[in-house]
Amino acid sequence: MEDKSKSKNRREFIQSGVRLSLALALGSVSGLALSKVVKDDYVWQIDPFECTQCGRCATDCIMSPSAVKCVHAYDLCGYCDLCGGYFKPDANALSTAAENQLCPTAAIERKFIEEPYFEYIINEDLCIGCAKCVEGCTSFGNGSLHLQIIHDICLNCNECSIARVCPSDAIKRVKASEAYHIKGDFSKNPES
Amino acid sequence: MKKLKYIFFIFYLLTFTLPVLAQQQRFPKPEFESGYVQPSTQTPEPRALSLEYFDVLVLLVVLSLATWLAIKKRSRQGILWLSVFTLIYFGFYRNGCICSIGAIQNVALSFADPTYAISLTALLFFILPLAFTLFFGRTFCAGACPLGAIQDVVIIKPISLPKWLNKTLGLIPYIYLSLAVLFAATGTDFIICRYDPFVGIFRMDAKFHMVVLGISFLLMGMFVARPYCRFFCPYSVLLNWMSRFSKWHLSITPAACIQCKLCTNSCPFDAIDYPTNEKEVLKSGLGPKRFLVYALLIPLWIAAGVLVGKQSHTWLSKANPDVYLAELLISNPEIKNDPDNIDVQTFLASGKTMETLVQEAEILRGKFYIGSMIAGGFLGLVIGMTLLNTVVFRKRQDYVPHKGNCFSCGRCMDYCPVEK
Repeated sequence: MEDKSKSKNRREFIQSGVRLSLALALGSVSGLALSKVVKDDYVWQIDPFECTQCGRCATDCIMSPSAVKCVHAYDLCGYCDLCGGYFKPDANALSTAAENQLCPTAAIERKFIEEPYFEYIINEDLCIGCAKCVEGCTSFGNGSLHLQIIHDICLNCNECSIARVCPSDAIKRVKASEAYHIKGDFSKNPES
Repeated sequence: MKKLKYIFFIFYLLTFTLPVLAQQQRFPKPEFESGYVQPSTQTPEPRALSLEYFDVLVLLVVLSLATWLAIKKRSRQGILWLSVFTLIYFGFYRNGCICSIGAIQNVALSFADPTYAISLTALLFFILPLAFTLFFGRTFCAGACPLGAIQDVVIIKPISLPKWLNKTLGLIPYIYLSLAVLFAATGTDFIICRYDPFVGIFRMDAKFHMVVLGISFLLMGMFVARPYCRFFCPYSVLLNWMSRFSKWHLSITPAACIQCKLCTNSCPFDAIDYPTNEKEVLKSGLGPKRFLVYALLIPLWIAAGVLVGKQSHTWLSKANPDVYLAELLISNPEIKNDPDNIDVQTFLASGKTMETLVQEAEILRGKFYIGSMIAGGFLGLVIGMTLLNTVVFRKRQDYVPHKGNCFSCGRCMDYCPVEK
């Protein structure tokens, strides 16, 4: 009987010793990580100045349609009649006819303001984030149309599936308090 | 036609932009006379930070409840309802993200990459279940893990697997964990999240092959209970270690075991250890000799693991997009002329030189070289220890749960006829 209790004591001693060391390991891992921890949460966002409009945002997001949408920085818009983001390069007339539109889902609304200016509004429910208009606007216009991750749609995955395939690494973790990167200041863009 | 349009655009551009070249805007914003009011760009806020902390609070409450139900209240019914809640809240409402299993990668990346700061939510999701398990056993698996919950509710007719198969398949989580940490630490990929079989079901939306994987896991789970938890989950490795040394683990019987054997078939996970038969063990010749041989084999296993890791690091590093691109451009330079390869075209247009790319790829490969040797050595150690464990004889008089493998689901408690 005594022998049994001895072996039990030994087992308990080893158990509590290992438990203590595991607790210490856990504590030191959390302590080390805690030294780097940030209170602010992280979200994913596209840097519009690095985006190359490859079109993967439309196909690789886990949401369908994608959580990436085109947004319009109105401050930059030239309100052109011949909008590079709205019309196909070979459009035969500057009208709202479907065959002239670059957008595959007709998500851009064109509205006459005053001669010769037109306003362009993105219908987010229709936009699939294919970046066709962004490419048109960036190459021929001011670049006021650009892609952003819309955070009431984005599920904020631990690893963003479009960030993984982005060829220009334009999608980065940003602080949740500065969740958007809307083009506003033109000086940020070195090329245009 | 396209060219013509382009010329027209350039003409348009020149006439309109010359006066405002200082502003660097091709078409200046017009000054409206009709009193037009410019709409503002809509930027919906992300989920509030307080709600993220609320998730941590829910996890804490669920963990405490699961622990109380498993150890104090001893109620299988309660644990079942709690796991249904977890499935609805963390699974279908929170869409399975963030979860403790995936948080391993955030912790690994935060140690490896000084620029990456882990968020407090991810760290707490990683630490809390481990801390609970160290004291109370794997109650996290029983009630607080949505991936466990979805598999737990589909168990229909569990079959018992032979011991050797259980042990062999049980090595997969170690491999998965080492690969996940290796890929996360090198900033390559978060494979746990990418190949999470159930997240597509929680979101009701996923790629076709992931849906197939998720459904086949559930179908398999009808007969082989909780296949992901037992044979894949990388977090289970850590939980297993913690649980083995837990202070207050769930017990089958509330008082003394009467050896009625009623509970033997109750565990769908083969996690109940039977009493050992000393005579049989002595007869089978599992003795100190074998123990010694297996113990001496451990360094050999580690060396073999390191060697395998060293050999496979080139292959593993190809998972990194930068390394892959550099290799592709070196081995196949004609690909530069392929206009359909977006990655190559973007790299060529970015103005980054080939030297910088190769340099970056070499640094990454160096990380993989060290990382895969460590991972290989770790796996060798695990294999050696698993073999050693098969010859270690532990005296057991009663039917007890295997502390490492038991999910604390409480099924066995209902079978025990002993009253308090």
